[in-house]
Amino acid sequence: MGRVFFLLLVREARLMFRRPGELANPLVFFAIVISLFPLAVGPETQLLRTLSPGLVWVAALLAVLLSLDGLFRSDFEDGSLEQWVVSPHPLGVLVLAKVLAHWLFSGLPLVLLSPVLGLMLGFPAERIPVLLASLLIGTPILSLLGAVGAALTVGLKRGGILLTLLILPLYIPVLILGSGVLQAALQGLPTLGYLLWMGSMLMLAITLTPLAIAAGIKISVGE
Amino acid sequence: MTEVFLQARGLTCERDWRVLFSGLELQLEYGQMLQVSGPNGSGKTSLLRLLAGLMQPTAGEILYLGIPLGRQRHELARHSLWIGHAAGIKGLLTPEENLAWLTALQNSASDEAIAEALQAVGLKGFEDVPCHTLSAGQQRRVGLARLYLPEAPALWILDEPFTALDKKAVAQLEQHLAGHCERGGMVIFTTHHELQHRPASFCELELGQ
Repeated sequence: MGRVFFLLLVREARLMFRRPGELANPLVFFAIVISLFPLAVGPETQLLRTLSPGLVWVAALLAVLLSLDGLFRSDFEDGSLEQWVVSPHPLGVLVLAKVLAHWLFSGLPLVLLSPVLGLMLGFPAERIPVLLASLLIGTPILSLLGAVGAALTVGLKRGGILLTLLILPLYIPVLILGSGVLQAALQGLPTLGYLLWMGSMLMLAITLTPLAIAAGIKISVGE
Repeated sequence: MTEVFLQARGLTCERDWRVLFSGLELQLEYGQMLQVSGPNGSGKTSLLRLLAGLMQPTAGEILYLGIPLGRQRHELARHSLWIGHAAGIKGLLTPEENLAWLTALQNSASDEAIAEALQAVGLKGFEDVPCHTLSAGQQRRVGLARLYLPEAPALWILDEPFTALDKKAVAQLEQHLAGHCERGGMVIFTTHHELQHRPASFCELELGQ
């Protein structure tokens, strides 16, 4: 089972690197949204710094959301999902590998880019580790939750809007906690509590969402 | 051997409020070849998807070695191979990578076995090109190469396996399917094409009457 998990990761990595344009999409979106804000609101350091927690998180959330619509689409169209469903391996394990690969190539680069964008918005340099930690824990939750919606809507011709409506309510707690950590960091308050809360949400998502994603895929393939 | 491998009882399939077939009875024994035929839209693909466990029937049940499929999915998955209209071939991967992944999903095969299977379907020399540069018939062959692996499962469920293949490849595949049945394997498939090589155990199921 571990072998299939690893092989699926390798397969996804190959597919990603043969289509590098898609790799860059969420990253470019994230960078553009954040760099447009100082231009639109004006270069007042204090204002930008106050806004920065919310800005970084909203931009990251939307970037992940945008990249999710196509998560299972090509696998659905070329019949790969059918092969996953009829394979003797548990579908939950396969989808977990798929989402992990998706996060490694779209979520993780976003996390790595965030310090630069954070500094640009005037986020204090000594608090950058908190920014990194909040996104590092938060973006996998976004990917996992979003994959549930992507699995359910993959069979629909225009699933984009429906996907957004389905998963945005689930994203809100993550958004509140994620930007809450950064607000606390800005005011010099302890942040560990928030991060632990997010960590427990991540654990919950890793254990439960693969089952929901697998069920969603079975429904979509069975239609 | 006359043990019943797969059995369908009172199978009914409904799609978009339209009944495709109802009360369908079906029995498959070791060594049997079953051709599902009928006009377009008569539910051939749906029947195959039901038997492969991809869809749930509206009514009736499917028994695998006498036990309902719902409790046996895992076992059937080990012993059956499904190739649908879209065979799960990724355009960006090479035939070799595609085949290696598809076999890893079932029961993995060695690199030599994969190379031999690709040679058997006439794709020698194309191992390293991305599949999207291949023709439709060649892409079809990549999917069908799974049938030429030594550890191929017993039951093959194939939806229109002859589509896009040239005459020679069709004849070769027909012979391969018949050979599989003679070795005790089973094949269920749909096609609109008249079979030239039929094993002794050939039978036909006509839908849409």
